[in-house]
Amino acid sequence: MIIPRLAIKNLMGAGIRTWLNVVVLSLAFVIIIFFQSLYKGMGDQAKEAKIDIEFAGGQYWHEEYDPLDPLTLEDAHGFVPGPLQEKVDKGEAAPILVSQASIYPEGRLQTIILKGIDPKQTIIDLPSKFLVQEGDDVPALIGTRMAKNTGLNQGDMITVRWRDAKGTFDARDFRIVQIMRTTVETVDQGQIWIPLETMRELMGMENEASLVVVAKNTVNIPAVQGWEFKNLEFLLADIDNLIKAKSAGGSIMYVFLLLLAMLAIFNTQVLSIFRRRKEMGTMMALGFTRSKVIQLFTLEGAMHSVLAAIIAAVYGIPFLVWFDKTGFALPQGTDFGFALGEKIFPGYSIGMVVGTVVLVLMVTTVVSFLPTRRIAKLKPTDALRGKMS
Amino acid sequence: MKKLCGFTFLIFLCAAGCLAQEWPSGEWILERVDENIGADNKVSISEMVIHGRRGSRSVKSKSWLQGTEKSFTEYLAPARDKGTKMLKLEDQLWIYTPSTDRTIKISGHMLRQSVMGSDLSYEDFMEDPDLTNLYEAKVIAEETFKERSCWVLELTSKGGDIAYHSRKIWVDKERFVSMKEERFAKSGKLLKTFVVEKIERIQNRWIPTHMIFKDELKSGKGTEFFLESLEMNADIPDAVFTKASLRK
Repeated sequence: MIIPRLAIKNLMGAGIRTWLNVVVLSLAFVIIIFFQSLYKGMGDQAKEAKIDIEFAGGQYWHEEYDPLDPLTLEDAHGFVPGPLQEKVDKGEAAPILVSQASIYPEGRLQTIILKGIDPKQTIIDLPSKFLVQEGDDVPALIGTRMAKNTGLNQGDMITVRWRDAKGTFDARDFRIVQIMRTTVETVDQGQIWIPLETMRELMGMENEASLVVVAKNTVNIPAVQGWEFKNLEFLLADIDNLIKAKSAGGSIMYVFLLLLAMLAIFNTQVLSIFRRRKEMGTMMALGFTRSKVIQLFTLEGAMHSVLAAIIAAVYGIPFLVWFDKTGFALPQGTDFGFALGEKIFPGYSIGMVVGTVVLVLMVTTVVSFLPTRRIAKLKPTDALRGKMS
Repeated sequence: MKKLCGFTFLIFLCAAGCLAQEWPSGEWILERVDENIGADNKVSISEMVIHGRRGSRSVKSKSWLQGTEKSFTEYLAPARDKGTKMLKLEDQLWIYTPSTDRTIKISGHMLRQSVMGSDLSYEDFMEDPDLTNLYEAKVIAEETFKERSCWVLELTSKGGDIAYHSRKIWVDKERFVSMKEERFAKSGKLLKTFVVEKIERIQNRWIPTHMIFKDELKSGKGTEFFLESLEMNADIPDAVFTKASLRK
C-alpha cells in the first residue's frame, strides 16, 4: 500500500502541474463521451423515426421489388398472398403499391414514385387519413421536401402520368390535400401518396401490392412464396453503416485531443524522472527495487486519468444531463442523409462511459510507463549523486 | 315523260350525292397508311432538334430497322455523342458509349424514357409499329389540314400491351400519309402531338421528312425531326443487329 500512498502524495505535491494535466485529460473524457453520445443519439433517433414512419415491424417485399432500382418498379407488384391478406384484414399489416410516374411542375418533366396506401391504416405513422376520397378528385399527400422541390401547395392540382399494368399511358389530375412534415426523407423526397384502392384501379392492379408492412413487434412471420421478409436489421443496416462512417470521421477530433493530453503526461513523466534522480537513489538505498520505483512512477502518471475522471464527472455529468434535456439544435438546411429532427438528442450508455474510462486509463498507463524504462538501468550510487546512467 | 325523266335524274343525283358522302372504312385507310410507310427494312439518316428552355440542341443519327423488333442506331453528331450506339432486340436495349468503351444493357423500361431529353421516347424513336395490328380505326370527319384534304380517324386500342390507348390521326386522302396525330392517355388526356411539316416522294412513296413531336404535358416547343435520307427495303446484313457491331 506504500506505493499508492506515495503516488498520491507525490501527485498532490506537484501542484499546478498535476492539475493542468488533469484538467486537459478531463476535457478529453467529456468531449469523447459528448461526441459518442451525439452519434449514438443520431443513430437512435433516425432508426426510431424510420421504424415509426416507414418500417414498423419489418416489410414483406415482392420478389421483384427493389427500392433502389426505380426502373424495375413497374414489374414489382403481385397479388397479396393469403397469409399476408389475413394480417391486413386483422389490421396487423398494411399493403403498399409502388410505381414510377411523371409530373410536370411548371411544365418540366420530373420522374416521381407513386405510392398507394390504405387511408385507414395504422401500421405506420404516415398521415394517410387525409387520403380519404370525398369527391371526384384523387387526393394526394406529399412531404415538405417534395412540396419545396416542385413548388406545390396544399389544394393545388398536379397532372400525373404513369403506365398501367399493360404499359398503357394514363394521366390524371391529383389534388394535393395535405403536405406532411416528416423527418424521414424516404417517404417524402420525389414521392406522391394516393389511396391504395384508387391506385390499384388506375393501374389495373386489383388486390396487388409491391410491399406489405407488418405491425411493430410482430412475432409470427410466415414464409410466403414470391415475397421476402426484410427484418429491421436489414432495413436499418444503411443507418448503422452511415453512423459508423460518420462516427469514424468524428473520432479524429477526440483522438487528436487525447494525443495532446498524452503528450502532456509523457512530458511530465520525462521531467519527473530527470528531476527526481536523487529521490530515486534514496528510495533504492532504502530498499526499493527498480521495479517498485517503476511501479511508483507509472502509477503516478496513471493516476492523472483517475483524477481526470473525477473532475470530468464533477462538471461533465451536469453538462451532459443538460445536453440530454435541451438537445443539439441543427442549423437549418442541415442534411446528414438520414431521418433527423430539428434537434439531436444524445444517447448515453454504461458501455460508452465505462469504455471511455478504461480506454483513457489504459492509454495513460502506457504513456506513463514508457519514460520509466530508463529507471531499469539506473544505478543507486549514480542516482544519489544526481546522475543518469 | 319529261316529268318522269326529271324525277329519275333527281333520284340519280341524290344517289350520287349519297355515294359521294360515303366514307371508306377506317381499317381500309389505316392499311393504306401502313402500306405507304411500312417496309421490312429501313436505313435512314435523321436529325433531331430538341428545343429546351435553355436553347436548342441537335442530334444526328443513322438508323437500321428490321421489322419492329430489331433496330440499330449510331449517333453521328454532336461530337460529344458521336459514336454512341444503341441496339434494340425486342424489349432489350444495349447502349455503347465510346468514351467509356463499355456496353450497358438497359431494362425494357428504359425504352419508355425520353431520348436525350427530347419529346420522343426510345419506343417512339426506334419502333415502327403497324397501326392496323394495334388499333380499331373509325373515320369521324373530313378536314383540311395544311391545304391537304384529310380523313380524320379515331384509333382505339385493340386491347394489347400498347403505349397509347387512343389516337386521332389526320390522313391525307390522296397520299395516305398521317399529317397530324394526337395521342391520348386512357383517361382521354392529350399526351403527345405530332405534326408533319414537309412530305417528300421517296422510292415511290410519300414520306414525312420534317415533323414536330410535342409532349403536351411539358412546356416548350417540342422536338423537330428531320429525315435526311431514307432507303426502304434495304439489304441489311444480320451482323448489324448483333452486340458485336456496337464496338465496331
